[in-house]
Amino acid sequence: MMNSKISVISKLFFTWLIVFVLWLAFTTSIEIYEVLTGLFISFIISLFTFKSFTSRGLKGLSPIKLIYVIKYIFVFLIALVKANFHVAKIVLSPSLPINPGIVEFESKLDSDFAKMILANSITLTPGTLSVDVIGNRFYIHWLEVKDSDSEVAFNEIAKQFEDVLLKIYS
Amino acid sequence: MIVIEYLAYFLITLGAVFLFLGALGIFRMPDIYTRIQAGTKSSTLGAMSLVLGTGLLGFVSFTPGYPWLIKTIIIVIFVAIANPLSSHALARGAYKDKIAPFTKENIDAYQEVEKNIEEEMEDAK
Repeated sequence: MMNSKISVISKLFFTWLIVFVLWLAFTTSIEIYEVLTGLFISFIISLFTFKSFTSRGLKGLSPIKLIYVIKYIFVFLIALVKANFHVAKIVLSPSLPINPGIVEFESKLDSDFAKMILANSITLTPGTLSVDVIGNRFYIHWLEVKDSDSEVAFNEIAKQFEDVLLKIYS
Repeated sequence: MIVIEYLAYFLITLGAVFLFLGALGIFRMPDIYTRIQAGTKSSTLGAMSLVLGTGLLGFVSFTPGYPWLIKTIIIVIFVAIANPLSSHALARGAYKDKIAPFTKENIDAYQEVEKNIEEEMEDAK
């Protein structure tokens, strides 16, 4: 609670920045009136929402972290395309080679937001679907269970995402 | 420009194919969880590349075309946020409604947890 004042300002500016960038993306215009209106409106919106929008404020914006965010997007897109083709193959094969089941594993992430990103990435990659997250334990419905052991499940499903996420949220 | 146009057509075709495969998956899978897998998942790449292809096509067909591209990228991001949330809610809701997942080797790590949660809720009453 010592630096609560700084973090309030940093949270406010972070929210303002994100909302303003979103405004720019929606209007796709840099005319002076549009930009001024956007600055004003996004400031009002961020006044109301900054408390629940971010917990880290401007600290999340260091350039090294930004590089890892871009790396994460690439890792995620490659996994998405690969897994999509894999599921397409399963759907098209006449014998329907599936072995579904719910496996669990433990994650080392401690930030709530990072856990949400990990669970959402797991759900977006076809073949895996996060059913629930309780504390650090992830419960994943898996279309093709290779081994019900949690170590194997973690390495197969989440390791590639978690490695990058640990670098962003540490 | 012509390269981007063909890339756009490729993405739209790919999206249509994956959306079809998603529908086929819903038809073929045995229970609700595997259907959620097939349906919402094949539609991630399907919907994303379809929308992105439309954006690229708008980018080359109109002047200025960049608003199309930026807005479609925003749609893709919103799909990427909303899709996993809804499929997670569906799967968890189905489990809470005691629909047992179809399994061949009886692998269900969530069973115990769900039992504990229910017992705690009954104790609280």
